[in-house]
Amino acid sequence: MSQKVNMPERDPQIRRKDFEQVNTGYSKKEMLAEAKRCLQCKNPMCTKGCPVEINIPGFIKCLVEDDPSQAIKVLKQKTNLPAVCGRVCPQENQCEKSCILAKKGEAIYIGNLERYAADAAEKMEDSIEIEKNDIKVAVVGSGPAGLTCGGDLLKLGYDVTVYESLHDTGGVLRYGIPEFRLPKKVLDIELEKLKKLGMKIVLNTLIGRTKTVQDLFDDGFKAIFVAVGAGLPVFPKIPGENLIHIYCSNEFLVRINLMKASEFPRYDTPVYRGRNIVIVGGGNTAMDSARTAVRLGAKSVKLVYRRSEEEIPARLEERRHAKEEGVEFVTLTNPVKFIGGDNKAVKAVECVKMELGEPDESGRRRPKEIIGSNYTMDTDMVVLALGLHPNPILPSLTKELHIDSHGYIVIDESLMTSVPGIFAGGDIVGGDTVISAMGMGKKAAKAIDNYLRK
Amino acid sequence: MYKIARKKEIGNKVHNLEIYAPEIAKNAKAGQFVIFRIDDKGERVPLTVAGTNPQEGLVRIIFQETGKSTTQLASLCEGDSIKDFAGPLGHPTVIKNYGTVVAVAGGVGAAELLPVIKELKKAGNKVITIVGARCKDLLILEEDLKQESDNLLFATNDGTCGIKGFVTDILKEVMSREKVNIVYAIGPVPMMKAVSELTKGKHIETVVSLNPIMLDGTGMCGACRVTVDGKTKFACVDGPEFDAHCVHWDELSSRLNLFKDLEKISLDNFTASRECKCHKK
Repeated sequence: MSQKVNMPERDPQIRRKDFEQVNTGYSKKEMLAEAKRCLQCKNPMCTKGCPVEINIPGFIKCLVEDDPSQAIKVLKQKTNLPAVCGRVCPQENQCEKSCILAKKGEAIYIGNLERYAADAAEKMEDSIEIEKNDIKVAVVGSGPAGLTCGGDLLKLGYDVTVYESLHDTGGVLRYGIPEFRLPKKVLDIELEKLKKLGMKIVLNTLIGRTKTVQDLFDDGFKAIFVAVGAGLPVFPKIPGENLIHIYCSNEFLVRINLMKASEFPRYDTPVYRGRNIVIVGGGNTAMDSARTAVRLGAKSVKLVYRRSEEEIPARLEERRHAKEEGVEFVTLTNPVKFIGGDNKAVKAVECVKMELGEPDESGRRRPKEIIGSNYTMDTDMVVLALGLHPNPILPSLTKELHIDSHGYIVIDESLMTSVPGIFAGGDIVGGDTVISAMGMGKKAAKAIDNYLRK
Repeated sequence: MYKIARKKEIGNKVHNLEIYAPEIAKNAKAGQFVIFRIDDKGERVPLTVAGTNPQEGLVRIIFQETGKSTTQLASLCEGDSIKDFAGPLGHPTVIKNYGTVVAVAGGVGAAELLPVIKELKKAGNKVITIVGARCKDLLILEEDLKQESDNLLFATNDGTCGIKGFVTDILKEVMSREKVNIVYAIGPVPMMKAVSELTKGKHIETVVSLNPIMLDGTGMCGACRVTVDGKTKFACVDGPEFDAHCVHWDELSSRLNLFKDLEKISLDNFTASRECKCHKK
C-alpha cells in the first residue's frame, strides 16, 4: 500500500506573517497518488460518516480517472460548496474517521481530494436546464445554510431572494473564517455562480427590523427559510470582562475578515494590536483567533483552555498549524478574573489550574478547579472564544415562532417551524458546523419544494 | 447604494442629511438607529434616526463632524450616494403617557431627541425640553424642538443662549418646581451621567440612549456591551435605551475611548489627503 500524501503547506515562519492560504493544495500527481489509495469499498463507511452522505468513493473514482468535472457533479449532488467543505469540514471526525483505512492510521485524505476537485473545476458552470416556475421564496441569511437552500431552490425553478443584514454575503464564511483557511475568492466564485443562476441578494436588510416576516409574505413570498445563524457571544461572567482590549472572537474576527482592519488605516476600521495576547477557548474559532493574533504581529499568543489538550474540540490540523505558528497552549487552566491597569485596559488575567473529574453529559471529563492554584498571567489583550447564543432578533420579533429555552427555533423533521411556510436551519436551530448547516439547507430546499407542490 | 436626497449644514460642522431608504423610512420608530458605511473601505458607523419621511422614502440623520467617517460623510453632496445604510436597529423608545416628561439633550443629541419628544407629545405627555451646548452656534433645531415641547429651555457654557451653565442646573430647577414623572436623556456620556446622578437621588425614572462603539449592530460581535445592573448587555439588541440609574458609566466612558489614538490617525490621514487634492486643483 502506498503512503498517504500529505497536503503541502507553507513554511510556518513565512505564513505567520501574512493572511495567505496555509495549505497550498495537491498537484495533479499528488491528487492521483492519494485518490488511487481509495479501496472503493462496496459498502463505504466514509459516506455514512459524512453528515450529508456524499458518495465519496464515487467522486474519488472520477479523480482516479482525472476527471474533476465529473467528480464535482457527484459532490454537488450533496454539497453546493465543495471548495468550502474541502477546506473547513472536520473530516477527521467524520468521513475520514470512518474510512476503513483509518484503523491503520492511513485514512484517505477525503477533504484534500474534495478541495482538489472543486479548485480544478472552479470555472465549471452549473450547466443545468432550469424550468422556472415564478414562485417566490425568501431566504433569510446568506451563510452556508441560506446559500445552499437558495441554490437548490433556484435549480428547482423557484424565484429566490436572499436577505442579508450585513453589507456583504457569506455569513460566517465571510466574517468568521480567516482568509488563511478559506480565501474569500473561493466564496466569491461560488456566489457568482449562484447569481448567474438567478439568485437575488438583498444586503443591509435585517429581517424583523427592516422588514418583518409578515412583510415578506405580503410581498408575495410563498415560503421563507430562516438561516440567521449565531448571534450574541457568550461571556464568562467573571470580574473585569468588560475592561478595554478584551474582545469576543466574533468582534476580533469581524474586524479583520469583514472590515479588513489588518489594513488600517487604508481601511477605516481599526483593530488593537496587542503584544501579549491571551485567547480563551478551545474551538476552531479560538484557533482562528489565535492564528490571526499571530499574524497581527503579537510577540506572544497564549491559548488558555480549561480541559486538557485531548478534549480540545478544534480540528487537529488547526491545532497543529497554531502550534507551528507559535501559539502556546496553556491547558487545564481557566480565567477567573481580569485585572485592569491604566485607562481600564486589561493588564493581567488571574487563572486557576484545573483537573479532570468524572465525564459530564457531553462525555468529556468535567474540569474542576484546583483550590489555591490561582496565578496571574500578564497580557495586554484578551480574545474570548467561548461560543455563541442563537441570533435573537428575528425569533424575538416574530411572535408566532416557537423558540426553545436556549433560544433555538423549534422545527419538525421537515425543518418547518411552528408557522406554516416558514422553515429554519443552521445555527439558529442548533447546527454546529458549516457542513451540517449546508445539509440542513439542502433538506429544507426539498421540504420547501414538497410544501409548495401540495 | 443609498442616495443623499437633501443636505444642509444646520450648525457649525453639524449636518442634516436625508437619505433615500424607503424601507427604513417606513419602519423606523423614535429611538432607533441606523448604520452607515460610505464606501468599500469604510467603517460601520451607528447614528440615531433624527426623523423619517415615509411618503418620500427619506430617512433623516444629523451628525457633527468629529472623526474620519463623519468628516467624509459631510464632504459628500446632494445626489451622491453611500454604499450601505442599514436599519432600523435597536428597540424603539417606549412611548406612553407618563405625565410630565423632561427631555434632556446635549450637543447633536438634540437631533436624536426630536422624534422621541414628538411621539411623547402625541401620547399626551407634557414635554419640557432642556438642550445644552457649548455656545449658541452649536444649538440646532430650535424651531422644531419648540414645536414639539411645552417648554424649551437652553443652557450654554458661555451663556450666549439661555442660562450660563449646564443642563443639570435647569433640570434641578424644573424638578424643584414641578412633579416630573420621567426623564429622558441623550448626549455625551458626562452629561447623561450627571443627569442620572441628579435624578437618582430623587428617585425619578430616567431613560438614557447609549452610544457605545458598535461594529455589526445586529447582536453578533459584543463590541457595544455595557454593564447594566451588574449584567453585561448589548446596546445594539438590548438597547440602545437603558435605565440610567443602572448603567456603569465609567466603564462606558473607558470603552468609548478604546480606539481614540487610531481614530485620530484615520482622521489626520483623511484631512491630509483632502488638502492634497485641493492643491492639485
